[in-house]
Amino acid sequence: MSKKEFIWNRKHLIGLRELSREEIEYILDTAQGFEQVSTRSIKKAPTLRGKVVVNLFFEDSTRTRNSFTLAANRLSADVIEFTQKSSSVSKGETLLDTARNLEAMGIDIVVIRHSAGGAPKFLSRNINACVVNAGDGYCEHPTQGLLDTFTIRKIKGSLEGLKIAIVGDIAHSRVARSDIYAMTKLGAEVTLVGPPTLMPAKVSQLPVQVSYSLDAVIGQVDVINMLRIQFERMGTNPFPSIKEYSHYFGLTVERMKKAKKDILVMHPGPINRGVEIESEVADGTNSVILQQVTNGLAVRMAVLFLVNQAAMAKE
Amino acid sequence: MAKNILIKNGFVIDPANKINQKANVYVVDGKIAEVSKFEPKADLIIDAAGKYVLPGLIDIHVHFREPGDEEEETIASGSAAAVAGGFTSVVCMPNTDPAIDDATSVEYIHRMGRQARRTHVYVMGAITKGRAGEQLSEMGFMTQAGAVGFTDDGSGVQNAAVMLRALKYSSMFKNIVISQHCQDNLLAGAGAMNAGFNSTVLGLPGIDPLAEEMMLWRDIQLVRKTNMRYHVQHVSTAKSAELIRQAKNDCLPITCEVAPHHLLLTDDACCDYDTNYKVNPPLRTAKDIEAIKQAIKDGVIDALASDHAPHLKSEKELEFLAAPFGIASLECALGLYIKALIEPKIIDWPQLVSIMAVNPAKIISVDKGTLGKGKQADITIIDPDFEYTVDVNKFRSKSKNCPYDGWKLKGKVEYTIVGGEIRYSTFATV
Ligand SMILES: [Zn+2]
Repeated sequence: MSKKEFIWNRKHLIGLRELSREEIEYILDTAQGFEQVSTRSIKKAPTLRGKVVVNLFFEDSTRTRNSFTLAANRLSADVIEFTQKSSSVSKGETLLDTARNLEAMGIDIVVIRHSAGGAPKFLSRNINACVVNAGDGYCEHPTQGLLDTFTIRKIKGSLEGLKIAIVGDIAHSRVARSDIYAMTKLGAEVTLVGPPTLMPAKVSQLPVQVSYSLDAVIGQVDVINMLRIQFERMGTNPFPSIKEYSHYFGLTVERMKKAKKDILVMHPGPINRGVEIESEVADGTNSVILQQVTNGLAVRMAVLFLVNQAAMAKE
Repeated sequence: MAKNILIKNGFVIDPANKINQKANVYVVDGKIAEVSKFEPKADLIIDAAGKYVLPGLIDIHVHFREPGDEEEETIASGSAAAVAGGFTSVVCMPNTDPAIDDATSVEYIHRMGRQARRTHVYVMGAITKGRAGEQLSEMGFMTQAGAVGFTDDGSGVQNAAVMLRALKYSSMFKNIVISQHCQDNLLAGAGAMNAGFNSTVLGLPGIDPLAEEMMLWRDIQLVRKTNMRYHVQHVSTAKSAELIRQAKNDCLPITCEVAPHHLLLTDDACCDYDTNYKVNPPLRTAKDIEAIKQAIKDGVIDALASDHAPHLKSEKELEFLAAPFGIASLECALGLYIKALIEPKIIDWPQLVSIMAVNPAKIISVDKGTLGKGKQADITIIDPDFEYTVDVNKFRSKSKNCPYDGWKLKGKVEYTIVGGEIRYSTFATV
């Protein structure tokens, strides 16, 4: 099927697991079209004029929230910020109550970040507005997966046959899951690297390789994505110390000597400098960390645009 | 109340008396007077031609939520659900709010059960005060008040020393069984479903099967030491079934039960985050189901219980992580067991009656589960081939959290007779 005939018909973006290769490529192509909006003197498109986007964030995430807000603004939408640190349940008002209240205000798109896996899906079943997942529990973070994929595709041309390592806390990483789905669907070979205590159950049933040795993998890969160590999860003690973790899984200058010259170094941010990645590497010539942030904007604009279009087509 | 009832021409299945044939059941003054071809005059005649006449079914694991959560279920509504499901006796779990952990609470449950006038209502007391897992509750007083066993169900007793003490202490009371919801809290963590591939892609914290198996293994060692009667609640994994099989081979006094969802549903069912499938222990895998079914066939599993766990729609209408565990299933449990075990010919009807009436009665040490002469007339009459569709809106249970809504099941309960009184009938409002 040629790209022109393709019709995007999802009014929600819940996760990349359920998307086909074509759908993922279509989002990336659309994002490419939105890139130039940011370079114009007037950085706005009228696409979502008159639409209301709600940023419904139950978890802290300044970066993702800002990126979505800016993306919505660039498309001329009105944006409501709804931030509530604690999970909805502990406040007495349920997620459903919150959603129904928002809906009563006549909103069009809900961008949701929630600590419970499945919360966006739950929401999409219960309201009429479009739902865009901005990260749920350790299930998915689809726009991150898309922007990572977009970044690689932009630099390498294609993901077909590329070898990619995702390093760190795979078990609790929604980024890892979305990356795996997007990257493998586009033809990359993904290797997960980290201590066994940070690998999720039956991970080998995913279309990936698993390695416990970064040293064994570093020389083989074209792209390396260093996940953030979540200090808030250290209470469960999945490894003995940060120092030991960095020793085995940190991306150091020393380790980079074994890497391919044109390796892309990625990180979903914010970085723990000196822990999962040394500053020199994070700021080095192979690093595309800031480009990821830039590309995130285009990808999120594309997603907001597409879900809205699908919703309007359904009306 | 009819003084005499004659149940005519039914097919009587009474494994305790090795009866498996067409016969008449004659009830006089609330007791079984005779099971034979004899056809006496009676105040009331039930024509049971083409129907199965069974000793009243016994469900040893139900949650009636009273006291504390009466909007979810009461003893009255739960009892009505029980007789509609063909159960003439049920055993309430003590994880109410407050917990059933003293004699007064036990008496309260009994009183509400009598007032409901539906099924016999028995109760297990909590092993520890407030189900906190620390201090033993007054098992003696509760036994005197009629508790049929003890459990901290909802959670397992985490501390091995406390569990050992409970087993030792309860051995001075006759006919008491210590039951356990086997689950190591630290291993289970904040898990919301089975730990496996599905939990990985759903991004939900998993409950490793080991959480169940470790505590079961530990308890088996404690039973080995005390030789005290011990009952495993809602067995959910293949390895658990295997551990129980070995323990029985070693002649340890261990019994166990399974719940219908662990025979019919796998953790694939959670893939849409439908909270109706959130149960504890969680839905496992097809391999586990296969092993448990084999254990049932081999007689390793003693009883089938419903683990009827009603919750309000508003409580289940949450994110999967936040929703409570449990399925309301009393009214369709029999049909579910027929689907899981009779239809695929894993067991036959006498075996089904054994694990739904005879053995449950033995586990809680009540003189029931048979149609023997002189026994209290608890009788369930069913049409084994009648197909019906589960409709949660018709449930007598106050809560409708049931994933089987819309399922087609066979085996419709036509009459439930408790102590010689018709307490449920499809033909009239009783
Ligand atoms: Zn339990």
